[in-house]
Amino acid sequence: MQVNENAKEWKPLIVAFCCNWCSYAGADLAGTSRLSYPADVKIIRVPCSCRVNPMFILKAFEKGADGVIMCGCHPGDCHYSTGNYYARRRMTLLFSMLDYLGIDRKRTRVEWVSAAEGQKFSLVMNDFAKTITELGENVKLGDIRCKK
Amino acid sequence: MQKVRGLVIKRAGELLSDGTVTRVLGYKCGDFFYDVTPAFFESADQLSDLEYGSFCGANLSKYLINACKDQKEGKILVLLKPCDTYSFNQLLTEHRIDRDKIYVIGVGCKGMLDIEKLKAMGFKGITKVLDNGDELDIKTIYGDKKCKRADALLEKCVCCKGKDFKAFDEVIDVEEPGEKGADRFEGVALLENMTSEERFAFWNNELSKCIRCNACRNVCPACSCMKCVFDNPVSGAAGKVNSNSFEEKMFHIIRAFHVAGRCTDCGECSRVCPQGIPLHLLNRKFIKDIDELYGDYQAGEEVGSRAPLVNFTFDDAEPSIVHERGNE
Ligand code: SF4
Ligand code: SF4
Ligand code: FES
Repeated sequence: MQVNENAKEWKPLIVAFCCNWCSYAGADLAGTSRLSYPADVKIIRVPCSCRVNPMFILKAFEKGADGVIMCGCHPGDCHYSTGNYYARRRMTLLFSMLDYLGIDRKRTRVEWVSAAEGQKFSLVMNDFAKTITELGENVKLGDIRCKK
Repeated sequence: MQKVRGLVIKRAGELLSDGTVTRVLGYKCGDFFYDVTPAFFESADQLSDLEYGSFCGANLSKYLINACKDQKEGKILVLLKPCDTYSFNQLLTEHRIDRDKIYVIGVGCKGMLDIEKLKAMGFKGITKVLDNGDELDIKTIYGDKKCKRADALLEKCVCCKGKDFKAFDEVIDVEEPGEKGADRFEGVALLENMTSEERFAFWNNELSKCIRCNACRNVCPACSCMKCVFDNPVSGAAGKVNSNSFEEKMFHIIRAFHVAGRCTDCGECSRVCPQGIPLHLLNRKFIKDIDELYGDYQAGEEVGSRAPLVNFTFDDAEPSIVHERGNE
């Protein structure tokens, strides 16, 4: 969570795990094409979507993220051939478990964004940021100590 | 089960004296008659202490990991109930134990009892529990009581996987082959049908009881990492005891996730939890999801099967399926 002192307006903190080969390049392309995406999205570059350990996602929430999104190459296009197929199963099960524990399922998302899809990147991030803003602050998973 | 006990002691004695095995991994009575603990026996005369009765819920397969490391020559005899053989197979699949060093005697089982359930039914000062078919004769210092056997079963035995042995060298069984137990996903489905707020309140209440004694992890045959992330102070996740409500959730989510697809649903975690947290509801959620999304899979059913989380198909469901189904 961040509070913009001037506007006194709450802004969501969104963590996006982007794989180096597609989604991160997609984000780059969005930038060079001057397509905007919300500044509240903090991108963490990972070598492949299957590098994302479930603990990363929980840690992000613990440290105050209001939403976490993971982006990777389209299934079939992974730089390491099959990484995102494994990641897909993992994230499905993890999100389902978070939902089962009563954490709002809209706070988690997976999107496949290729290096050529700067536009999609910007659309997805704007949409996700909108959803999270509507949901408001994440109070269920945060560690209060991290918010001081 | 007294009969099985007699036969096991006799057979184990023979195998020890002819040198087939050098020690026996079985059960022994602790301070109370219901407090039965795993134990090694190294000679035929020690075997008189070997116990096999209605309180032998413990799954001995995990003890084989360390035992195999110490075993220089000869074999270890181990007693496995039908459900324990699943964990045994899973450990073989993961190369944690050495089949050549182990001699498995499959021991018949008609469901193990949960002393906590008996206590919760209001029986105080229990001195002995006698098995009487479908009924239990409970001797207490306040006189004799009775109750239905089915009401006092361990959670894992209520949902028994069936009486087939998935691994054995020989079987000692005198019981009639029983039936499978109740539907194990009932509890999960009940929670799934609640609203998100109700689920959150339920788990907040349950998981906040956790004292991070790590018993659930230590007993689990699927949790056998040499170094656990929750023991590593630099991982930033080794927090103990209620320092905040998130940490214990993290522990349980990660633990359940780590064993997802490898958990045989042996039920040991729920059995040992001193706080009575229904941990099986977490594991069975993963099992249910895996069955629904990726096809039925029972860990430990056969040696060498590929766990669902280290496998994939090209047309697996997208994670967005979570958003599309179930209750908000
Ligand atoms: S998680 Fe629980 S039920 Fe599953 S294998 Fe471990 S102890 Fe057994
Ligand atoms: S056994 Fe129970 S109290 Fe102990 S760490 Fe596991 S859940 Fe927590
Ligand atoms: S490299 Fe992009 S998902 Fe594997």
